Amino acid sequence: MPIDKIFKDDASEEKGERARMASFIGAMAIADLVKSTLGPKGMDKILQSTGRGHSVTVTNDGATILKSLHIDNPAAKVLVDISKVQDDEVGDGTTSVVVLAGELLREAEKLVTAKIHPMTIIAGYRMAAECARDALLKRVIDNKENAEKFRSDLMKIAMTTLCSKILSQDKEHFAEMAVDAVFRLKGSTNLEAIQIIKKPGGSLRDSFLDEGFILDKKIGIGQPKRIENAKILVANTAMDTDKVKIYGARVRVDSMTKVAEIEGAEKEKMKDKVNKILAHGINCFVNRQLIYNFPEELFADAGVLAIEHADFEGIERLGLVTGGEIASTFDNPESVKLGHCKLIEEIMIGEDKLIHFSGVEMGQACSIVLRGASHHVLDEAERSLHDALCVLSQTVNDSRVLLGGGWPEMVMAKEVDELARKTAGKKSHAIEAFSRALVAIPTTIADNAGLDSAELVAQLRAEHHNEGCNAGIDVISGAVGDMEERGIYEAFKVKQAVLLSATEAAEMILRVDEIITCAPRRREDRM
Amino acid sequence: MALAFDEFGRPFIILREQDQKTRLRGIDAQKANIAAGKAVARILRSSLGPKGMDKMLQGPDGDVTITNDGATILEQMDVDNQIAKLMVELSRSQDYEIGDGTTGVVVMAGALLEQAERQLDRGIHPIRIAEGYEMASRVAVEHLERISQKFEFDVNNYEPLVQTCMTTLSSKIVNRCKRRLAEIAVKAVLAVADLERRDVNLDLIKVEGKVGGNLEDTELIYGILVDKDMSHPQMPKQIEDAHIAILTCPFEPPKPKTKHKVDIDTVQKFETLRKQEQQYFDEMVQKCKDVGATLVICQWGFDDEANHLLMHRNLPAVRWVGGVELELIAIATGGRIVPRFQELTPEKLGKAGMVREKSFGTTKERMLYIEHCANSKAVTIFIRGGNKMMIEETKRSIHDALCVARNLIRNKSIVYGGGAAEIACSLAVDAAADKYPGVEQYAIRAFAEALDSVPMALAENSGLQPIETLSAVKSQQLKENIPFYGIDCNDVGTNDMREQNVFETLIGKQQQILLATQVVKMILKIDDVISNSEY
Repeated sequence: MPIDKIFKDDASEEKGERARMASFIGAMAIADLVKSTLGPKGMDKILQSTGRGHSVTVTNDGATILKSLHIDNPAAKVLVDISKVQDDEVGDGTTSVVVLAGELLREAEKLVTAKIHPMTIIAGYRMAAECARDALLKRVIDNKENAEKFRSDLMKIAMTTLCSKILSQDKEHFAEMAVDAVFRLKGSTNLEAIQIIKKPGGSLRDSFLDEGFILDKKIGIGQPKRIENAKILVANTAMDTDKVKIYGARVRVDSMTKVAEIEGAEKEKMKDKVNKILAHGINCFVNRQLIYNFPEELFADAGVLAIEHADFEGIERLGLVTGGEIASTFDNPESVKLGHCKLIEEIMIGEDKLIHFSGVEMGQACSIVLRGASHHVLDEAERSLHDALCVLSQTVNDSRVLLGGGWPEMVMAKEVDELARKTAGKKSHAIEAFSRALVAIPTTIADNAGLDSAELVAQLRAEHHNEGCNAGIDVISGAVGDMEERGIYEAFKVKQAVLLSATEAAEMILRVDEIITCAPRRREDRM
Repeated sequence: MALAFDEFGRPFIILREQDQKTRLRGIDAQKANIAAGKAVARILRSSLGPKGMDKMLQGPDGDVTITNDGATILEQMDVDNQIAKLMVELSRSQDYEIGDGTTGVVVMAGALLEQAERQLDRGIHPIRIAEGYEMASRVAVEHLERISQKFEFDVNNYEPLVQTCMTTLSSKIVNRCKRRLAEIAVKAVLAVADLERRDVNLDLIKVEGKVGGNLEDTELIYGILVDKDMSHPQMPKQIEDAHIAILTCPFEPPKPKTKHKVDIDTVQKFETLRKQEQQYFDEMVQKCKDVGATLVICQWGFDDEANHLLMHRNLPAVRWVGGVELELIAIATGGRIVPRFQELTPEKLGKAGMVREKSFGTTKERMLYIEHCANSKAVTIFIRGGNKMMIEETKRSIHDALCVARNLIRNKSIVYGGGAAEIACSLAVDAAADKYPGVEQYAIRAFAEALDSVPMALAENSGLQPIETLSAVKSQQLKENIPFYGIDCNDVGTNDMREQNVFETLIGKQQQILLATQVVKMILKIDDVISNSEY
């Protein structure tokens, strides 16, 4: 008697070797996909959306590439997920984490073919990861005490991060900007406070960091274009028709005159509100919601600058910068905290007019204006800058740094190799494999730069045989060099996250011995 | 199908639309059912034990789950066969009742079915097999009771509890830091346990996860964690000695349930209404302030105006807090949930030593910690991990560990794991078999053999020689008459489970055997399967 199907019609089940193969192949395919974007000479990808308009994105950012893919393979989804988390958590290293996980699985596949049980491999990988982390911990540099040195560390990290992106031409310029912006945050990791405004036109070099705050809005007609010593009221209130919020209220009239009366009352109400706002003694009013023509006119009459429809983040940032509170009621003018700034003026960037607040009280927020040839360039520049900002803000909190250019990988590989030699039993094969996977990262970096990776990595390994060596691959000159001299630094937190999440993901995929795919949900169900 | 005809030659219809249905009868039905049950058990078999593998499940919407937990695998498997569904139910009831051993129970049932099939081939009637199993299970449960050991622990010495939880966690992916997680689970259970009544309300333990960081960052919070932030970005982020007003009414104009209309036909009415509205907001906020609240937690939303008033009066507030969380907060802080502003009184406020907002990662993710509560009986386990699947799996593992700790507080008896208990039972059942006259004897022996299949699967998954290892352990148990020898899954070098500290709870084991026997009995009693052939 054959077992009639246990699963529903379209469900499928893959077991043992086949399941493992399916997940290995899926994961490796994803890793290979992003592999060529790794390193300073990595290539970009064009992503075309299938949606309306077929919008095009050009990017070098691993997380962005993977986010846009539609993947069916469950193991591949695990890798996409870790890259996403890496992006959320530390912001950079999204490609490295996928490549490392892919390499770990590639090595694991070889071991499985050599009849080593996945659990043994996992045990080995765990030991290796632990040992690699300790190796890194031993070699970290921490310059928190020395402010000047710390700043230069940050500069170097920013430059290292940026050099693999589209901004590499002007990396010093951008690194400076990013470091300045992060220092303004004073240790908070809330990157929302840094506003990035993209304006096409000009060149990347024309981008600048503004100490003050720039709001991408226009000043109402007939209102002053320049205000000195501004007192700003930041508000979130309806300035269109102020509805009665009591439920069930409606206007019911029986004659035209009454309509006029009600209308008059409504206007009166608005006027009242405007007067109340004006009673705060302000000369600038920024609202999150729309301001209709009528109140706008009233503001103009009073010589107050009214800005409408600043989005929520804009309002929040403005609150942060100017120190004002976000108000919604205006009955107690004496106790509402107003924002202050030295000067508000309209400025032109390219063809657009923007409002510029300068001389602000609390410099916690700032704006970065990006200029560039096209939208694609600007988008990519924003992503790159975002990566740099993330890394920097994390580094401010965890000030440990490492050298870059494949140096950490080689340091880890060396320690792991030694561990493999000391460990008895089958686990040592897995530990050895781990070190091979680590070396694959500098190899890929060199390969992507069109260098002779075999030669370079061998040289590097020889160099690293000496204690306390600072050698890494200098992709620009195409040779092995001292990373400290060349100022290539990376954040410890990023490396640690890459190492740990890649191991975790590889472990997760290795443990699977069966894949059960449920029948896809039928279309009708959704309707 | 036999048909009867009436005097006009029309058939009596016993089963409607017979040709569209498939029907299996007698021995065929039993064989088919057994085959289906075995198929389910086979899927889970490789997940058993500390070296068991995981399953990757892709759901109907393409979401991926990776897990080692039997109940979860079966739940998500979307099975279609009736008998397979029974097995799913089986594992689920073990999950509800005990919370752990969900894989073991299915493997056990599968083995019982396999043995039953062999007996059927011999021509033994299914009912006799079922009866034999019943007797055998009784023997096994009694024997478990005999070999079980009490072990002592109290609030200060919870090491034994930690050891037991570690046994549970060792089969999961989280075994990298099982020690830490086991300690967290035990501390959480002890914090909410009622040691007098020997009861633990697991609802008081909230398990919250957030992607990012790594597993080692997982922490136990003596308080509540809410995945929300302050309603106004400029409210204070930290409040000491908070007096919390817990509200289930929105800071919005009232919405009476009865239908009503407010007609505005004169200017005066318009203005009074306006004033009333303002006053209303003002009163609401003032009421909260008057009773001395320093934090407002609300189930519903706030109007912009109310929000500003709250901010203005320096009264931090949190909005859109879910019902369950609200209840937990009320329990933890000793406050009362207040449905109307009028009913706010100072006594109804909850108290917490510290409320703070904490942000994570580079995105704008914030969470609210409510700590040092008046009534510390509610705790939160906050899990961090590399990715979403990891968090989900950790949540499941923690749940298992919590259940084990709870069971131990309820009943202090333990048996030794690693298959030791099963082997001991198998020996006892085998010995008892000869005492029973009749055909049942065979069924009882079959039961003993089925018990062996759990240690066998353990050995197989650990890469040992299953038959050799099992027979060696069995003879060792018999020779020394000590029921503590099990399978050495972790390759430690000893198979004395006392030394390895591998414990399981007695009730968990007993429940496994009882539940598995019941389901198998049910399956054996089915002799006719009528099903619609077109799905």
